[in-house]
Amino acid sequence: MADPMRIRAAVDAGGVTEVKVLMSHEMETGQRRDAAGALVPAWFIQNVTATHAGKTVLSAQWGPAIAKNPFLSFRFKGAQKGDKVQVTWVDNRGDKRTDEATIA
Amino acid sequence: MDSGRRDALKAGGSVSLLTLLAAAGWLKPGEAGAQGAWNKAAFEAKSIPDAYKAFGGAPAQAKEIAFVATPDIAENGAVVPIGVTSSLPKTEQIAILVEKNPNVLAASFDIPAGTEATVTTRVKMGQSSNVYALVKADGKYYVAQKEVKVTLGGCGG
Repeated sequence: MADPMRIRAAVDAGGVTEVKVLMSHEMETGQRRDAAGALVPAWFIQNVTATHAGKTVLSAQWGPAIAKNPFLSFRFKGAQKGDKVQVTWVDNRGDKRTDEATIA
Repeated sequence: MDSGRRDALKAGGSVSLLTLLAAAGWLKPGEAGAQGAWNKAAFEAKSIPDAYKAFGGAPAQAKEIAFVATPDIAENGAVVPIGVTSSLPKTEQIAILVEKNPNVLAASFDIPAGTEATVTTRVKMGQSSNVYALVKADGKYYVAQKEVKVTLGGCGG
């Protein structure tokens, strides 16, 4: 199981919630060779979904060009302080992880 | 009969290493199905025009798309912040493409109603390159680009 994500979410006076997510993932490109010259197989997050109150507020498809330990930030309307926002990622090996944060 | 086989061989000869890896199973169809949508054709595109084709059409240049938090010169190609914001009405999708990466498409974001058309992430860049922001708004595609110089490449590791 992968390490937890770090998620920060805060709503501003205008009712816009800014979410910042830092994931823990190797994001191996599949282009790199190890010491023996063999290709290191690609291993990367493919799908990311963020939900608030059961509604998807962002979904993403990623390739291996996303940097190691991916960072993501986005902004959405309609949430209030104290609400939860959930983020789920799934990688190309089928591993997945969901974490949740309370909106400040 | 024979010609069909020959065509298949020809097609096989031109596929890249990455595609071969895909065929060898690092990206099993079953897995992909279980994980929801992943635009395989677009992520395997080797050039900007190929990526446009995979998305469905040539985009128009748009001043309404802007890069935010994106450096002109990135010291470390392994971690290049890229932010894209679109003021086009009904923006529904934002994709980030790096022209000189082995596979040009880095990420594609679906923007539901109520979410602002602004995303920021970090990508890897093998070398200095144009970065494209492809935006789908109201069913049409638009694009803007910015050159990012990389002083230390990020794909060799």
